[in-house]
Amino acid sequence: MDFQFFLSLICGIFIGGVAGYLGTLMLSKRMVLVAGPLGHLTLPGIALALIYGFDVSLGAFPFVILGIVLIWLFEMRTKLPIEALTAIVFASGVAIAFLFLPIEQAETALVGDITKVGLNEVVITVLLCLLVFFVIKKIYLQITLINISEDIARAEKINIKRYNLLYLGVIAIVVALGVKMVGGLLTAALVAVPVCAARNLSKNLFQYTFLATFFGIVSAILGILLFELTGFPVGPLIILMSAFFFLISLIFKKR
Amino acid sequence: MNTNPILEVKNLNVILAGEEIIKNLSFEVKEGEVLTILGPNGAGKTVLLKTLLGVLPYQGEISWKQGIKIGYVPQRLPFIKDIPMSVSDFFKLKETLQEETKEILNSVGFKENFLNKKIGELSSGQFQRILVAWALVKNPNVLLFDEPTTGIDIGGEETIYTLLARLKEKRNLTILLVTHDLSVVYKFSNFVVCLNKCPICQGEPKEVLTLEVLQKLYGEEVKFYEHHKH
Repeated sequence: MDFQFFLSLICGIFIGGVAGYLGTLMLSKRMVLVAGPLGHLTLPGIALALIYGFDVSLGAFPFVILGIVLIWLFEMRTKLPIEALTAIVFASGVAIAFLFLPIEQAETALVGDITKVGLNEVVITVLLCLLVFFVIKKIYLQITLINISEDIARAEKINIKRYNLLYLGVIAIVVALGVKMVGGLLTAALVAVPVCAARNLSKNLFQYTFLATFFGIVSAILGILLFELTGFPVGPLIILMSAFFFLISLIFKKR
Repeated sequence: MNTNPILEVKNLNVILAGEEIIKNLSFEVKEGEVLTILGPNGAGKTVLLKTLLGVLPYQGEISWKQGIKIGYVPQRLPFIKDIPMSVSDFFKLKETLQEETKEILNSVGFKENFLNKKIGELSSGQFQRILVAWALVKNPNVLLFDEPTTGIDIGGEETIYTLLARLKEKRNLTILLVTHDLSVVYKFSNFVVCLNKCPICQGEPKEVLTLEVLQKLYGEEVKFYEHHKH
């Protein structure tokens, strides 16, 4: 086991874990698919990062923020459904990216690659993941209550705007980290699939969050191991592993 | 029964997205009363409850007696079954301590082992009872109850109304209840406010709910501008 493999593994474990954990919040308001468009529209940022050789997540992050702000602004101005606006924004992102994305790097942009991460990148990733984990833990019950009923949350004197802002911030960071691991195309799956498997098997919030995080982590480990064995692209392997867990969970799901 | 008003509403107007939902409503609730808000679908009943709860913008005056705590029982919680949550988790959302949760569950007739039940697996009657229990967290003085589903079996001999009546006595509650079910009004409440955007009538159910009023409330050709005097 060489050092590079070790770095990829650490990176994968942390990103996979927090993405799974975050997914448990996003599934409850049918928001998981939002991570898809957000991942797509980071593509111009990824392209820039690949061309100029800096961290993919760093390139992606401003584009996620830009995307969220644009969707929010358009929604205020037009009152069009949010999914239509999301489509406009993310499709434009993909289109722009393909104007200048070098074709030989298209695969990295689309399905990610954590097999070449450097030490600094891993340290930053781990720190960000820890930050995200603690923020989610802190806002978890409040966001869940907001997801269940905004009225009741408001009556409980929860500052909904503040919590939603933190929540969106966390989503932006996780998407930016996710595209590093599984690319602009597959980020939604990183958030959605482990949590779906977890939901099939859980009776309470602890099992739910624990299993989602666990499936996120184990999928990343197995995906990276399989890459070492087969040489197939690592992003798709990770997602396929989590899809495999989802299938297994169907067998054990109690009706 | 204390005669101090626990709530005074004066000239309440609620406008949401440019539409007038509640117009010029005034009423009073005294401590220990059970007030029903009666009206057809779309009459603004739920909006009224939410306004009283303080989560919607309004014009006019809503004054609760000082230091009053309000519990709210929503009509339904559509997203809750998306989340695998135990009854115990559900109470943690309101930062309830385990001991208090047990005590409240007890008071609505559930045993302790209910704490570990999954919310998604409860029958609709059980879920309604849990919602009532949830509203009792932090010992409210007033319960706002949005449209209890009538006729569902909540377990044992009890209906949701006998449960409410029992809780009212035990916990000294004032209850504001939204419904479109007339039988509830007669059986359970001592004051009624009829609402169809404009206030139609208010008073003791047996006195004010005349045929004329009911036609006005539920009939096709309701004339909104004549105020019923009594």
